[in-house]
Amino acid sequence: MGNKQTIFTDEQLDAYQVNSFCRLHGRYHELAPHLVPMDYTNEPDCKIPLALIVNMPELKENPFRDRIVESFSEDGMGNLSFNEFVDMFSVLSEMAPRELKAIYAFKIYDFNVDNYLCKEDLEKTLNKLTKEELTPEEVELVCEKTIEEADLDGDSKLSYADFENMITRAPDFLRYLVFVETDASKPCLCMHLSIFIILQYFTLLCTKNKIICSTLLLTNAFLICKIF
Amino acid sequence: AKNGIIVLKRPLGTSSDSNSDSDEEEDSMSEGEMARLMEEVEEKKKLIATIRNKPWRMKRRLVLLREAQQFVDKFEGALGKGKGRKWYAYKVMMTKKWIKFQRDFENFRTACIPWERKIKEVESHFGSSVASYFIFLRWMYGMNLVLFGLTFGLVVMPEVLMGLPYGSIPRKTVPRAEQDTAQDYSVLMDFNGYCKYSVLFYGYYNNQRTIGLLKFRLPLAYLMVGLGTFGYSLMLVIRTMAKNADVGGGDGDEGEFTFAWKMFTSWDYLIGNAETADNKYASITTSFKESIVDEQENQKDENIHLRRFLRVLANFLITCSLGGSGYLIYFVVKRSQEFANRDDLSWYEKNELELIMSLLGLVCPPLFETIAELEDYHPRIALKWQLGRIFALFLGNLYTFLFALFDEVNTKLEEEGSIKNASIWAMKEYYANFSLPVNDSDATPPPMDPGDVILGPCWETAVGIEFVKLTVSDIQVTYLTILIGDFARAVIVRFLNYCWCWDLEAGFPSYGEFDISGNVLGLVFNQGMIWMGAFYAPGLVGINVLRLLSSMYYQCWAVMATNVPHERVFKASKSNNFYMGLLLLVLFLSLLPVVYTIMSLPPSFDCGPFSGKEKMFDVIMETIDLDLPAFMGTLFSYAANPGLIIPAVLLMVLAIYYLNSTSEAYQNANMELKKKMQMVSKRICGVPSDEDFNQEEPKKQHRQHQPGDEGPGGPAAQSLPGPARPAGAWLVSSRASCRCGTPETGTDQPPALSLWSEQRNPRSLKENRPRPEAEPPGRVLTCRKT
Repeated sequence: MGNKQTIFTDEQLDAYQVNSFCRLHGRYHELAPHLVPMDYTNEPDCKIPLALIVNMPELKENPFRDRIVESFSEDGMGNLSFNEFVDMFSVLSEMAPRELKAIYAFKIYDFNVDNYLCKEDLEKTLNKLTKEELTPEEVELVCEKTIEEADLDGDSKLSYADFENMITRAPDFLRYLVFVETDASKPCLCMHLSIFIILQYFTLLCTKNKIICSTLLLTNAFLICKIF
Repeated sequence: AKNGIIVLKRPLGTSSDSNSDSDEEEDSMSEGEMARLMEEVEEKKKLIATIRNKPWRMKRRLVLLREAQQFVDKFEGALGKGKGRKWYAYKVMMTKKWIKFQRDFENFRTACIPWERKIKEVESHFGSSVASYFIFLRWMYGMNLVLFGLTFGLVVMPEVLMGLPYGSIPRKTVPRAEQDTAQDYSVLMDFNGYCKYSVLFYGYYNNQRTIGLLKFRLPLAYLMVGLGTFGYSLMLVIRTMAKNADVGGGDGDEGEFTFAWKMFTSWDYLIGNAETADNKYASITTSFKESIVDEQENQKDENIHLRRFLRVLANFLITCSLGGSGYLIYFVVKRSQEFANRDDLSWYEKNELELIMSLLGLVCPPLFETIAELEDYHPRIALKWQLGRIFALFLGNLYTFLFALFDEVNTKLEEEGSIKNASIWAMKEYYANFSLPVNDSDATPPPMDPGDVILGPCWETAVGIEFVKLTVSDIQVTYLTILIGDFARAVIVRFLNYCWCWDLEAGFPSYGEFDISGNVLGLVFNQGMIWMGAFYAPGLVGINVLRLLSSMYYQCWAVMATNVPHERVFKASKSNNFYMGLLLLVLFLSLLPVVYTIMSLPPSFDCGPFSGKEKMFDVIMETIDLDLPAFMGTLFSYAANPGLIIPAVLLMVLAIYYLNSTSEAYQNANMELKKKMQMVSKRICGVPSDEDFNQEEPKKQHRQHQPGDEGPGGPAAQSLPGPARPAGAWLVSSRASCRCGTPETGTDQPPALSLWSEQRNPRSLKENRPRPEAEPPGRVLTCRKT
């Protein structure tokens, strides 16, 4: 992660006291070590191209990765400076408020960047989401229905007001536009194993039969191997 | 990666020498200026606090932040509020920590929910209706786990740890005659031998009032746990029903934004794994297909009379078959009672009852499904009908089983009288015979070996054994059916396809579909059996926990490996209330026999925790008399007075009526508010505050009014919605012009779609309002026809 002092001045660090700031910089640097200088004290002006950023693990599997990076870049081509990089992580974290996420979501889904979600934008979104598995009639039907549901001013495309009105009522929205990872499910497997052992003790009490006990012992061993 | 969080902090560079300036300034400021300054400082502070919420570029934010911070610092000193900064930073840090803690706790809680990933995988491939079965299974598992904990902790463990060990008293010992075969596998599989005289069954428990150092009152605990099982299950089922009713409650019909939400909020940004992403794509596609099916159902347009006739016919046929199967069961039961008296039975006659019941269980559901094709319902509704009918069928099975069981219990009770006498007689004989060889008359004879004492028939253990055998055979049948019906079938179709005349995969057998209704009902009835049997066999709940655990893994594997998705994938109803309703019904049905036996049948005289008492609930009376202070006894006797109970019941009925009517009133109020909200939101449809969002681009006027050439809207539609025109008319006309005028949504649309959508759209309500404008209703109607 490097020594804070050599990358940023105290003033810079103080200005945006970002949590795990160094880690973010570390990741930014990793994406293009030859482009990104280690020393940020002079606020260098370097940008990482789109092609390198979409290889990040958080973005790799996302169907909208290109649009995400483009909407955070100032030039609209997807080249992110470090400020914009931090911005992206900041908006896509759980600390960001709903309105901010809604604004950026609108930008992401607006493929032709005309501040409206017209039918072509919706079709592109849908095709990306379903990997083009739906028939053209189904795509048509879904886009029609979407515009009909959300369009308030009757221009058969969604302005930001329409979009915001619709998205703020969605129950799942906040949960989904987030970049944080969750841990694996070891605790529940351990819990199951302990339940299983209790039940075995129980069976031992009741039957005193060797065959049954040895079968259970074998199953035990199998489960432990599977978990660990 | 961790999040980027921006916290303001004072940038270095602003030093305290600004304070010296402010001292002089302070003298020269008047009251008004101070107030204005304070306001500005407050504004800047607000800006600092909300700066992270603004969608500006980072550079602009930093610049503004520095400016605002300098301003605040400069003048805060003047206003003497220097401490605020540190406190603010501290507060922010604490908020951060609190949010992190909450997030960790939520993560932990979510991680503790078992099988989440498995169920999501099944859902992504088979749709939400199949997944709803697994979610129901998981819920059952949770409930059984709690019941197991209760029984194990409060009944089994105390008896094992603090009670008398095996072999010390007659009820805990295998009788001498059976001791040779007690460990045989076949005997154990029948739950005789060591199994019968173990903690699994009622008969093992001793009737000592208190046991061990802790003076644990086992008989009381046994009764309380037995009743508590029902109480807890009832509470849990009702609570889940209430929670489900809260969440939307509708049958897939809620939300005005179904498609929009699906499109914009279905992708999970946390996915970083390629396989999970594939699953997610599959699930999103499935989910869209489900909604499309729903949509198309709504647009279907058919001959109503034919449909009604077919439905009546189908119901008639099914009622006939249900009646027929009921009579068949009755007939077979009567015959089996006759057979019980004879000895020379063929294999068929011995097992006739079970055979007929299994046959009915196998043949009738597919028969019902075939007849149900006449009805042509939406798949979700058809599923509910199917569930209801199979439920009625299984009730017949249940009724038979209970009938047979009660017969057995009555026989045993009659037997008991005679065995009691025989046992006491044998005891006396033993002591009489014993004292003879010993010369010393003072010596007390040793107690009779417990294996030799004649035990009574112990009907409770017999009932427990019946239930346990039924559960185990149910498990075996289910697993075998999956193995043969699904797995073997899949293997045959897959490998025989290479050398068979027609295409096995597309044609006749093909792969099986997951039978939701059969499995759900199996689960529900199994749970009913458990509830009924748990009082007589405390170990039954443990067996069920094991069964549900293995069932989950086994069925998940089977579904993924051997089944194909339904042809018409449909969305399960958002609430699981239908399954819960069935479960509730079964809970009540299983409560009745147990409560009846507790209240009216006498317990066995020599086995179980209530032996020696007249009725099982005498334990409670005993506890009240001996353990609780005297006034509680009188209190309870007053409370049990019918004169008090009947008014209490009346009061509860009145309370239910009152709550019902208030809830209806609230629902009506809700609907009204919803309608109002929709009206208002449509009225305000051009929200102006896009300044922050669109800093570089020219501000667009979002109040899009249709350009004049856009059709029959006419001059009336051109102006802004001023107070002169009722908003409704403007909306109607704009809608009309949008439909007729805009080229894309024109004539290629199937008429049914716009007809349907006009009807469903709440805006259409306004069509009926009398309008002062020159917009004849005919205009709107012509739009509809296109």
